[in-house]
Parts: sequence; C-alpha cells; structure tokens
Amino acid sequence: MLLIECPWCGARPHTEFSYGGDAVVRRPPDPQAVSLDEWLDYVYLRDNPMGPHLEWWHHVYGCRRWMRMRRDTLTHDVLEVTPVDHPTGQGS
Amino acid sequence: MSDQPFRSATGGLVDRTRPLGFRFDGRRLSGFAGDSLASALLANGVRLVGRSFKYHRPRGVFGLGVEEPNALVTVGSGARREPNVRATQLELYEGLVATSQNRWPSLALDVGAVNDLLSPLLPAGFYYKTFMWPASWWMRYERLIRRAAGLGRAATEADADRYEKRYQHCDVLVVGAGAGGLAAALAASRSGARVVVVEDARHLGGSLLESEARIDGAPALDWVKAAAAELAACSNVRVLTRAQAFGYYDHNLVAVAERVADHQPAPDPHMPRQRLWWLRAGNVVLATGALERPLVFGANDRPGVMLASAARGYASRYAVRCGQRACVFTNNDSAYATIAALRRVGVEVAAVVDVRAGGPGVAAAQCATDAERLYGCVATRALGGRAVSGVEIRHVEGGRLAGPKRRIDCDVVCVSGGWNPTVHLFSQSGGRLRYDETLAAFVPGAPRPGQHVVGACAGTFTLHGCLREGFAAGVAAARAGGFAGAMPRLPEVAESAAAHIEAMWEPPPIPRGRSKRFIDLQNDVTTDDVRLAAREGYASVEHVKRYTTLGMGTDQGRTGNVNGLAVLATALGSDVASVGTTTFRPPYAPVPLGAIAADEVGGRVAPLRRTPLHDWHSRAGALWVNVGLWQRAQLYPRAGEAMADAIAREARHVRNQVGLVDVSTLGKIELQGRDVAAFLEKVYCNRWRSLAVGRCRYGLMLREDGFVFDDGTTTRVGEHEYYMTTTTAHAAAVLSHLEFYAQTVWPALHVHLTSVTDQWGAMALAGPSSRDVLAQVVAGCDVSAAALPLMGFVEGHIAGMPVRLFRISFSGELGYEIHTPADFTEAVWQVLLDAGRPFAIAPYGTEAMNVLRIEKGHVTGAELDGRTTPADIGLQRLLRQEEDFVGARSLERTALNGAGRRTLVGLVSRDGARIPRGAQLVVDPMEPPPVAMLGHVTSACFSPELDAEIALALVEDAVRWREQVLFAASPLTGEHVAVTVTDSVFVDPEGQRARG
Repeated sequence: MLLIECPWCGARPHTEFSYGGDAVVRRPPDPQAVSLDEWLDYVYLRDNPMGPHLEWWHHVYGCRRWMRMRRDTLTHDVLEVTPVDHPTGQGS
Repeated sequence: MSDQPFRSATGGLVDRTRPLGFRFDGRRLSGFAGDSLASALLANGVRLVGRSFKYHRPRGVFGLGVEEPNALVTVGSGARREPNVRATQLELYEGLVATSQNRWPSLALDVGAVNDLLSPLLPAGFYYKTFMWPASWWMRYERLIRRAAGLGRAATEADADRYEKRYQHCDVLVVGAGAGGLAAALAASRSGARVVVVEDARHLGGSLLESEARIDGAPALDWVKAAAAELAACSNVRVLTRAQAFGYYDHNLVAVAERVADHQPAPDPHMPRQRLWWLRAGNVVLATGALERPLVFGANDRPGVMLASAARGYASRYAVRCGQRACVFTNNDSAYATIAALRRVGVEVAAVVDVRAGGPGVAAAQCATDAERLYGCVATRALGGRAVSGVEIRHVEGGRLAGPKRRIDCDVVCVSGGWNPTVHLFSQSGGRLRYDETLAAFVPGAPRPGQHVVGACAGTFTLHGCLREGFAAGVAAARAGGFAGAMPRLPEVAESAAAHIEAMWEPPPIPRGRSKRFIDLQNDVTTDDVRLAAREGYASVEHVKRYTTLGMGTDQGRTGNVNGLAVLATALGSDVASVGTTTFRPPYAPVPLGAIAADEVGGRVAPLRRTPLHDWHSRAGALWVNVGLWQRAQLYPRAGEAMADAIAREARHVRNQVGLVDVSTLGKIELQGRDVAAFLEKVYCNRWRSLAVGRCRYGLMLREDGFVFDDGTTTRVGEHEYYMTTTTAHAAAVLSHLEFYAQTVWPALHVHLTSVTDQWGAMALAGPSSRDVLAQVVAGCDVSAAALPLMGFVEGHIAGMPVRLFRISFSGELGYEIHTPADFTEAVWQVLLDAGRPFAIAPYGTEAMNVLRIEKGHVTGAELDGRTTPADIGLQRLLRQEEDFVGARSLERTALNGAGRRTLVGLVSRDGARIPRGAQLVVDPMEPPPVAMLGHVTSACFSPELDAEIALALVEDAVRWREQVLFAASPLTGEHVAVTVTDSVFVDPEGQRARG
C-alpha cells in the first residue's frame, strides 16, 4: 500500500486515493485544431513505461484534489506529487 | 495420563508444576505449561503424527516452528475446527483436542498408503497426463482426487470467533526478536523513537533460547531477559509476541497476525481470537533469522528423521528427548551443537556422519562426545517403517559411493544441510536476492529504502555479528527518523567459531536404489520428480514448481525449496545462482481469512445507505430492493396482493390519479461560481448559457470517448448557483469526473462543486392530480401552470419547511420533484400524503417508477451502458454543433456514426408472453447457430397502460425493422418471444400530459 504525500493533507495511504490514469497526455486546448487521429491518440493511446511515470491521483476520501504523481512503476517509489495549478479555479 | 517418558526431570522453559491434559486421536496424554503440541507429543513418545499428502507415508515431527512440513493436525471441532495447524507452533492448553489428518481409518492403519506402493505410477504431472481425457470426466476425477489427496477439512459452520484489525505507525519496526532484533530494538528505543517489536514465538530470544553462548560472562538467556525487561519498561516500545509478520508491502507497510487466544481453550469473550496489525514504519529492521534445511537421502521422511536444530530445540527449550539413540548427519558445523544438547537430556549420540572429508572446524571438533565420527560419509537410506530404526552409511570418494554399507542403529536422525536466511519478507518488499557460495544460501542484496537487514537473515551466523549488526541497524533506523541514537557498548561474547559448510545437495545415487528421496515433505515431491520435470523440458524454476508442486504446500517449501533448486540446477547442468528462486509472496505463513476480514464483514464491509424516508417505507410494509449500497422501497404490496399486481396497480394509479415516490438516492451536486454555465457547456453536450434563473434542463454527459456517461437535470437556482442531479448509480463517479475537468482541464473557470446528496431528501409527486395536491400545501410560491411551467423551478415552504420545487416528469405525467433538507423529508412526505387523501394519493416504489419510464421510453443505466452515443438513444438533437465539450470530437469517429449502430426502439410482445431482459433479437429463433444477432433487450415490463408486455431495446438498422416482427431469444432461460418493433415512446408521444 503506497504512502502518498498529498500536497494539501500530508502523507496518506493510497486507500484514500483513486487512481486517475496517465497524466502525461494533455487534452488538446482546442480539439478542433488537431487532426482526428491526434485526438483519438489523446483519448485512447497510453504509454506503459517500466520506471518513472506521471499519473493522475484523486484524493477522493480526503481533500478531493486531483494531483500529478510521478511514480516508479517498477519499484512503486513515489518520486514526486505536485498540485494542479488553479489560478482562479476551485478553492481560490 | 502417561508419565511423559521422554521428558527430562530438569531443564527447559516448561512449567512442571502445571501439567496439562490433552487428547491426540482420542488418546489422553499430558504435557506441561510451556509445551507446544509437538513437544508434548514427543515427550509422550508419540512419533507418528500424520500421513503424507500424496503417498500417505507415515510422518513425524520434523521441525521446531513455522518450518514444520509434516506435523499438521486438526484442532477443535464444529465451528472452531481448524485444519492444518502446525503442531510445532500450537501452544498446549488444558483440554486441547487434536486429530491427525489424511488417514483412514486410522493413523497406524491407513488404506490410502496403497498409493505409496503405486508410486511408480504416480510421477510428477501424473494428474495432468492421466486425467485429460475425456475432458468431460474431469469433474468426476477431481472429486476423487480431492478426497484421496489433501490435508485437513475446513469447518463448515460459520466462524465462531471474533477478530479485529489495528493500524499503527512507528518510527522503527523490528521483525524478529532474536539476538539481532533485540539489539536493534534496544538501540532504537534508547533514542526515544517509537518502536514496535514483532516476534512470532511466545518468548523473545530466537535461537538464544537454546544457545550455549555466553554474553558478558553470563548465559545468553540472561541477556535476553534483561533486554525483554528493558523493552517492556519503555513507554515508546510495543512488543508483540505470538505475532507473525506475514506480508511486507510498499512503503514499509507490514501486516502482522497476532495470535491473541490460540493458546487458550476458548477465547476470552472480551478478546479477539486473532488481531491483524497493519504497521506503517518509518524504518524496518528485518531480523527474521534463518531456518535449517535438511539433507536429502533415501527414505528421509521416516518419523524420527528431523532437523538437527529442531532436536536441539526440543532438548533445550522443552527438555524433551526426540528418541533414545541418535545419529547426526551434517555438512556443516552448526549440527555439532546438537550433540551436547542431546547428551544433556540423556539421548545417546551413536554417530556423527559428516559429508566433509576433513570433518568439522576446530571448535566443533572439540565438542565433547563419545559418538563415532564418520567423516567423508553420507547417509544413503533411513531404515524402518512407522519409525526410523537405523540408517545406512557409505563413504564418498570422488563423488561416488565407496566402501561397504554400514548400518547404524538409531531411532533419531538429526539432519543439517545448512541454513537458509529467512528472506521472504525482504523479497516481498522488492529486495533482490544473491546466492552466497560460502554460505551455500540465498542472502539479501541491497536493502530497500528505509530498510535494514541484520543477523542470520543477512547471512551473519555469529552471535557477535548479530549483536553488532542489530545495534548498528537500530541506531541507523532511529537516526533516519530524526532521533539521536547512540551505538550501545557491544557485550563480550563467548561462542563457537563461525559455521563452515560444504554444499551437498544429494548423496551420490545408489545402484538400483529404490528409496524415495524427499525434497518437499509436505507435498511429497522427490528428487526424481524434479529430475523428471527437467527431462520433460521444464527449465524455469517457476514452471518446475507448478509441475511438481515443489514448495506449494502450506509451508511454502521452507525446508525443501533450496534443495529442490539445487537438484534442478544439477539436472540442467547449471548452478543454483543461475536457476534462482521462485517468487516470494505474502502471506509468509497461513493467516485465517477471518483475521484478514476482521470486523469488516456484513454491513461493515458494504454499509447500507438508507434514505430519509426509510422508516416510513418500513412502516408502510414496503418490499426492499438494493441498488448499489442503497436500500430502496421497491413496491408496497397490499395484503394478499401478488407482486406483479401491486406494481401494475401503483403504476396505473400514477397515470390516473396521483402517486408519490422517494427519489432521495439521486446524486445531488451544488455548483457555484461565475463560470458555472460555461463549465456546464464543457461537461454536458447540450446548451446551458441560455438557461434562465428559475429554469431546469435535462443534461446529457459524455465521456471523452463520446459515449454517454450519465444524465440528469440541472437547475439554475440563482445567478451563480446551480443544482445538478445525477443518476443514483453514478453520483460519486460524476462528482470525480466534474472535479477532474474543473481542476485539471479548465482550472481557469470559476466553479465550486459540492456533493449534497445526503443533505437533501427528494420525492416525485406525479399524476393528473399532482398540482391540486401541491397547491393545497405549498406556501410562498405559485405552482399554477402559468407560474410554474414544465421545466420551471421555484422555492417555497410546505408546513413551514423549505422546499425546492422542480416541474420535471420522469413518469410522463404532470409531475413535480420536491427536494427538502433531509431532516424535513419525512414530514413533507407525510404532509403531501395527508393533503392528497381526497385525491386518493398512493406511494409507489421503484418498480412502478421503472414501468412508467419504460412506457415513456426514458433511458436509464440499462440503456446507458457505456456503449451508447447520444444518437443511439435518439438524443442527437441535444448536441451543440461545432463547439467543444467532453466527448465532442470523438463523436466524429466513423464507428460512432451511421450503419451498424444499435439504436433505441420499443418492443411489444405479440402473444402476451413476457419479454426476457437481456434477450438477443433475432430473425429466426430456430436457425442453427451462429445466428445473426440484431440487437438486445435492455429493459422490459408489463405495461398496465397498454395492457401488454413491452420492452426497450437497442437494434441495428432500426428503421428497417420498424413494425416488423423479430424474436427476443434468451437461450439462458429457453424463451423466445415474438415481438413487434415500435417507437420507443409508448405513452403520450407528444408529451401533452407532462405539459398540462
């Protein structure tokens, strides 16, 4: 069971979190500006690296913040957890 | 009661003033407080304790603790019957009742032993090769095989015991309380760090309990007692004994099963039987020690053949003689300590057979014994039947047997093939193992972060080394947690020199020898089985394990695995390091499922969610239906009324008069902020900017792949305040989904999201008279048709209680959703029922609600199954064109458009037969398979309004089949029903009633 350093709540067990998938891909800001193939790559294609990987995690039984986590898929080491920028969004 | 003929009058850790009576296979025996069942059996001269798994061979006690492969017994009876308990770990208590396993009719006379005679016919992979044909017979074979082979039988009644679970954090967790573990705990505790010590045995001390060594001039046991006393007095230290650390998970999370009451006749009613600890540690010190491995030779499974360390332990800890005359067979120095221990309790040691031509190291050679010393020799075969009566000895020269056979009469053979560090937990944590040629053993490689490995587990077999490593690790672990640890003074240690070993995995073959050489005693795997697997092409150790079942017993091959790997390596012409080990997985030792579940059973594993109207439904005699975690009122049958009749009555009542239904389970989300409308346009596929305050709108939410995710209504309550409802099923997922987009994709939008599902109760008032009922009770707002049109919203009061009124209709009738704070819900519900009495108002349940929505062709989860697009369910007109929203671009995929899509239709049964839900739609149900399947039935019910069996379905090429006849075929239930394909809206297609 991973121990995740939530930027808002501190170290918590991963049972408080929900995994949200790959955080490397970014939603194209204007989906119409990219080709359909590029769009579908964003929707469907994910790398499956052995080693460090950037993932979304949601502190669903905590502060309900989404965060980016760099995790080593081989050793399960949590390398870095970063909050999402929210200039004027939730909680501002 | 017998007089324990194999017990010495003095010595050991047993309490001779407290005799305990117990039964084994019906025999009344007695032992002492402090005994294990195994030591008590041996004290009584009981040698035969079980029959083996496959060949039903007689077996005796082999080990001292967790490594025991043979002495598995069933304890207790009824709901407390527990099979496969290791007698070596079971503490004796008054009245203990144990029975042997895998024998019939009795241990001494076992019919299954015929398997041993048939063993040439039962090689490795026998079942795989023999029982493959005919395939349909496997079920029959399996039952017979399971009856013949196996271990004890599990209890069939519900577990009578209670278990509990505890979570604990600590700075330093020490696993194992032998010399290294105690040293680490002392050093860490003196720094002030929070320390937890976990020891599997009842006593702290590990191998010091039978050690001859002296620490600071005193017996090692004195040092153990002083250490235990110091730790017990520390408020920052928790010591768990009888506690097995069985799982080492990520980030220093260690699972421990504490046997709270297994050593008592019945658990204290206020205490659990076992307690599961989840320990999260800053640093972990693994001091798990090592387990001795046997030497392999012919008939090495005879009762009386046992580990040298076990014989030593029984003598030292329990003052028990494992026999009268012993032979020691070893390839290393450690077994020489057994000689002195055996002599002390009065066992004659007839001979020491040492594989090494040069004999032992200096210290071991000096051990006082008159035993014959046979160096450069091996035991080739144990003699005897139900107990060993002697052993055959040969010289080895140049890797071959040489010289004449020699027989040594003995009733105990103490074997030592070296030591395997207990690396299981280290390996579970992700640590890599390394094969050490000098020790002839696998030892831990580099430790994982926050981890320290000390003592025998690290391959250090001197007491001095264990203490030094323990102290150092305790200090390092404390310092890593920010505590100022100081290295304690290392005590003076007097001990024999380090063990020296000469690897010997198997004696040279005996010409025409037929005795089985067992590697895995629990699973009856022999050296021949491993060689056969290698011959048949199994080169990977993982495959050999599964083919031969080597190491797959409840002992996980603790004594046998390394010998098995070595035999495999030899057969493959490889070496042990290259063959490697199989993967170590939790649990290290068997853990009762009850302890893993602990109190998370029944309602505590899946709590029941009740709506604010639950008590009312209960008093009204509702039948319940579970929807996810929710318990909902399904229908309210009258006395003697059949279910189908009650559902039809309730539905008819809504169409003709007025009904009231509890919809509190809807997900409810408050959205606040300047940009909510813009946000809604991103997460819904339809238009929101035009929504005025006081209006609600149906919303369809897609996933990014273009498929429908959820639907519901959202109401503009105020300028910057919206109120969203979601489906019951997706309430939590929708909130997470919205939070993802609000926080990560469009963080610049000013939106706050708050779940208010539990804060608001909700009910739907529906039927032609619903406005008349509402108008009587509502205050502070106008609910007339003009003031509150369809999709309108007002706030008001009912009997002084605040309500939100939404003119929304799921049933298709004139209707309102009434939301009110949860605590007022039952009162508002009651006021409406009272006011509705003149209009014959009646409550209706989820079944009638479902009938009403199917009649209207409204979709729910059955249609929105994650594979339907807006167009599939006839809602394409909602889509905003040329604008971005979640899922918009994916709708351009060819596969989501045009021919081949299944779209929503209605079905009417042609002959009044029920339309099976989930049925496939086909043209001809009699056509032999494969049959073209045109679609499937998603929802079905009897429609009181149409007086017909109807259904909703998703069908390919729906236009073509309109008004045509298809068959709803359900091979599962053997039904096929002729249906006419219709429009999906059966009742009031123009929607006049809801607008009324």
